[in-house]
Amino acid sequence: MRAVLGARLAGTSTLHLDDELDPRGRLVVVGNGMAGARFVEEVLERGGGEQFRITVFGDEPHGNYNRIMLSPVLAGESHEDDIVLNSHDWYCDNGIDLRAGVRVERVDTAAKQVHAADGSVTPYDHLVLATGSYSFIPPMAGVRRDDGELLPGVYGFRTIDETRAMLEATGRCTRAVVMGGGLLGLEAARALQGHGLQVELVHAMPWLMNAQLDAEAGAILKRSVEELGIGVHLDVLATEVLGSDHVEGVLLKDGRRLDCDLLVVAAGVRPHTDVAVRSGLEVERAIVVDDQLRTDDPDVYAIGECAQHRGSVYGLVAPAWEHARVLADVLTGTDPGAEYTGSRTATKLKVVGVDVAVMGINTPERDDDEFLVISEPRRGVHLSVVIRDDKLVGATLLGDTRKVAFLTQAFDRGAPLPEERIRLLVDLSDGVEEVGVADMPADSQVCNCNGVSKGDICGAVAGGCGSVGEVMDRTRAGKGCGSCKSLVKQIVEWAADGDLAEDPAASYYVPGIPMPKPELMRAIREHDLRSVSAVFAALAPGGKDDARSKMGLTSLLKMVWGSDYIPEKDAEFINDRVHGNIQRDGTFSVVPQMKGGVTTPAQLRRIADVAEKYEVPMVKVTGGQRIDLLGVRKEDLPAMWNDLGMPSGYAYGKSFRTVKTCVGSDFCRFGLDDSTQLGIDLETRFQGIESPAKMKLAVVGCPRNCAEAYVKDVGVVAVGNGRWEVYIGGAAGASVRKGDLLATVEGRDAVMTLAGRFMQYYRENANWLERTYDFVPRIGLERIKAVLLEDSEGICADLDAGIQRSVDAYTDPWGQDAKEAATPGQFRPALPLVALPKVPVR
Amino acid sequence: MSVADVATATGVVVGRVDDVPPGEGRTFVAGGEQVAVFRLREGSLHATQAACPHAGGPLADGQTDVDVLVCPLHQYAYRWSDGASTSGAAPVRVFPVREVDGDLVVDV
Ligand code: SRM
Ligand SMILES: Cc1cc2nc3c(=O)[nH]c(=O)nc-3n(C[C@H](O)[C@H](O)[C@H](O)COP(=O)(O)OP(=O)(O)OC[C@H]3O[C@@H](n4cnc5c(N)ncnc54)[C@H](O)[C@@H]3O)c2cc1C
Ligand code: SF4
Ligand code: FES
Repeated sequence: MRAVLGARLAGTSTLHLDDELDPRGRLVVVGNGMAGARFVEEVLERGGGEQFRITVFGDEPHGNYNRIMLSPVLAGESHEDDIVLNSHDWYCDNGIDLRAGVRVERVDTAAKQVHAADGSVTPYDHLVLATGSYSFIPPMAGVRRDDGELLPGVYGFRTIDETRAMLEATGRCTRAVVMGGGLLGLEAARALQGHGLQVELVHAMPWLMNAQLDAEAGAILKRSVEELGIGVHLDVLATEVLGSDHVEGVLLKDGRRLDCDLLVVAAGVRPHTDVAVRSGLEVERAIVVDDQLRTDDPDVYAIGECAQHRGSVYGLVAPAWEHARVLADVLTGTDPGAEYTGSRTATKLKVVGVDVAVMGINTPERDDDEFLVISEPRRGVHLSVVIRDDKLVGATLLGDTRKVAFLTQAFDRGAPLPEERIRLLVDLSDGVEEVGVADMPADSQVCNCNGVSKGDICGAVAGGCGSVGEVMDRTRAGKGCGSCKSLVKQIVEWAADGDLAEDPAASYYVPGIPMPKPELMRAIREHDLRSVSAVFAALAPGGKDDARSKMGLTSLLKMVWGSDYIPEKDAEFINDRVHGNIQRDGTFSVVPQMKGGVTTPAQLRRIADVAEKYEVPMVKVTGGQRIDLLGVRKEDLPAMWNDLGMPSGYAYGKSFRTVKTCVGSDFCRFGLDDSTQLGIDLETRFQGIESPAKMKLAVVGCPRNCAEAYVKDVGVVAVGNGRWEVYIGGAAGASVRKGDLLATVEGRDAVMTLAGRFMQYYRENANWLERTYDFVPRIGLERIKAVLLEDSEGICADLDAGIQRSVDAYTDPWGQDAKEAATPGQFRPALPLVALPKVPVR
Repeated sequence: MSVADVATATGVVVGRVDDVPPGEGRTFVAGGEQVAVFRLREGSLHATQAACPHAGGPLADGQTDVDVLVCPLHQYAYRWSDGASTSGAAPVRVFPVREVDGDLVVDV
């Protein structure tokens, strides 16, 4: 069964009384997408719930979701649950009759009735068409089956259902062709490539994103796309789709054949106008509307992508939402004379990881237009502006959008331009500061999607919104594509002038116990709480346990009590319960400890024997300099550990993980010190220590940094004469951050002490799941230096003792549980009737 | 007729209560069907389908509290009361389960 996004509980239903006595007018909306649902919200906000009985028809069975976010969903970066904007419950709570999954077929404008595919006939007083667009499938031989359906394996990219189907297909498919080199095609290509498919992109035009970019910028974008490993074929049409039961490839006009088992067609969209056409409304490229969004029938309106206003049809959400506002003003009588006069679209996007911002025209059109271009193909940067009569009439920024705020202002309001035009595109370092939040004019637009200005945000703060979240809820700033969120936060902080109420729950260490970490630690010590269930009983509201808090509490208790902690298996995440990392099919991975990345032939032989004996589907060298045995059945774990005779590498825990090392002075001709041995020593001392989030270390023998110490939670770099630099807060994962130099110290022991002291300070003060790359900037390097190097708070001795307690509490979990299970059935299969592994076997 | 007989007449004995450690879950096979049985720390018993409706995650490996079961793979949460997902995803099937003389009896 396919889940309905934003669905209600099974069994709940809503009663709708079509009461003839109801004096309210009948407002019917066709299309439950981003424009239609927003329009309903705008009507309700204006008190329209008193005026109208509202019915919404949606062809899709879902609630309303953020279509823009389908790209991150396809890429696996967002979860579909997180993109729901209005759930079915929302409609119900607001007294709106949502006919989800019901397609409207035609409108009888004379009788003022809507005829839907389920046979229903719904009368209206005002009708709003918000039917959006659909993916255009260009005519190609073989693309459809005889019954008119797309050939299996061929997908458009417009709806959550199509996105889900593609996501599902990524598991089976290996080669994809994406047709269309516009925004959607590029996003689809990147997402599929991220799932491990080999992707070829076919674009009919001579350069990518030809609607937004000029040829040169398009060529630079092509390089960036190709660098990702995506093949790009320009200026060529696909003429035929191959395969009879399922897509097998496409044939290009130049005779080439591209094999694929997945074909995404992202060759543009077409407005959904069939209902309007059938109902006799005026339709050109889309449904023609006037400045009040009215069609040629006085009681029928059209908004969003299905509307054509003054000759323009928009394909972005900002104009759709402007339509919704204006029409709500008109229909509720809030501002009966409200008019929509068109949108100047400035777009800021991230395409295939490349920042792109475009506004106005992209090439000079008149002889005296000024045109300034900065092109750095090697860096993937291409910037250009077009100036006419001293006003900015167009800008294209690719690969570097730092100047977008100023340019958008100049474009929107014709603000004066600097004499030295180059300042439009780059900051010349002569001391002139960039415009900060304080200097931004109040009417400068911050959120493009929702048209929210700096003034609106300040107004919300003045009006009593006490947190960033509240301001976002009130103004909707940051609720579209989300790219402005950090700017919104800065403005809110500036406007509140330090008077910002923290959301209290945001400061809790775990959601289930209403206490920040220091208070929680105090309470745990005071009440002598040594198990997670004891913590819930004593400190949770009503003594109620909370599944999502258990893992964080286990980690904290282990730190506070060391070996005096009372373990409870159910308070551990499955990874910690069976000391392996759970895989997609319910099997686990086994990563033996290999200190500093150093191994021996005997160890390798043992690993090889074990891998063969237990038919391990994949043996892989990890990014952490050791070996991963993946796809192991839960019930095989204890026996494997026994046969390996190696301790756990803790690759599964929120804990100290590994120390990567380089070969250092023993072998390397540049090595300044014995980085390998120091790495082994660090791993020996701190192995297995639990922490708020992972701690990954590295030691290198010189600043060439071959083991990436500059980007580790703790990184150590030999600088010669027995001296070592200790860096903290580095990262090269989801975030990339160079570590901060904490200190340069003399000798191995000093490194061990300082690293331990920092890790303990982090363990005691970081929030649950807060990596050092967030922790160090939050606390501030200067403060950390003062605490750890000058003992400004007089806690260094405690920190040293605290980490020692944890070092002493270490036991190898494999050695322990391999002998005797910690609980009955610890290693019993959780899916006994399923033959595992299901992960691919290499 | 003994109590156990009554129980087996309507349900299936899948194992012993002691097979499920407090707060955890274990999977059993009941009449060709996989069911995950959970014993909460406050003593209550719950049973659900064994594989997560989202992407087949092993629910018995999940974490629990008095209200919900959380799947270990993507952390979807399902209410014990009706199996509904707290995020609006597809629900899990829940089965009545009870203890009879130390046996776990599930109605499937
Ligand atoms: C196996 C390995 C990939 C590989 O084949 O090389 C790997 C595999 C996983 N990584 Fe990793 N990471 C591996 C090295 C890395 C590295 C490189 C390194 O350690 O030098 C990084 C970047 C360094 C860092 O962490 O800053 C890395 C950054 C991540 C992140 C992003 C963390 C972040 O906050 O930036 C995650 C996600 C998370 O932790 O939430 C992650 C999560 C994962 C998980 C645990 C995903 C999950 O939650 O299930 C993967 C488990 C697979 C498994 O079952 O074994 N992995 N991962 C590497 C194991 C290293 C080891 O021996 O311990
Ligand atoms: C993957 C992707 C990424 C995007 N990224 C961006 C971006 O970064 N920035 C941006 O501004 N825009 C972006 N867009 C475009 C944006 O999503 C659209 O501009 C916006 O959704 C338009 O809203 P709409 O309500 O007009 O149409 P839609 O959101 O498409 O809604 C129309 C709804 O009407 C329904 N419908 C149609 N016909 C009928 C009928 N006869 N009866 C009942 N229901 C019907 C449809 O099923 C649909 O649910 C993106 C779009 C996609 C697909
Ligand atoms: S970091 Fe220095 S010592 Fe280590 S391998 Fe590179 S050059 Fe050699
Ligand atoms: S498989 Fe259970 S949440 Fe994804």
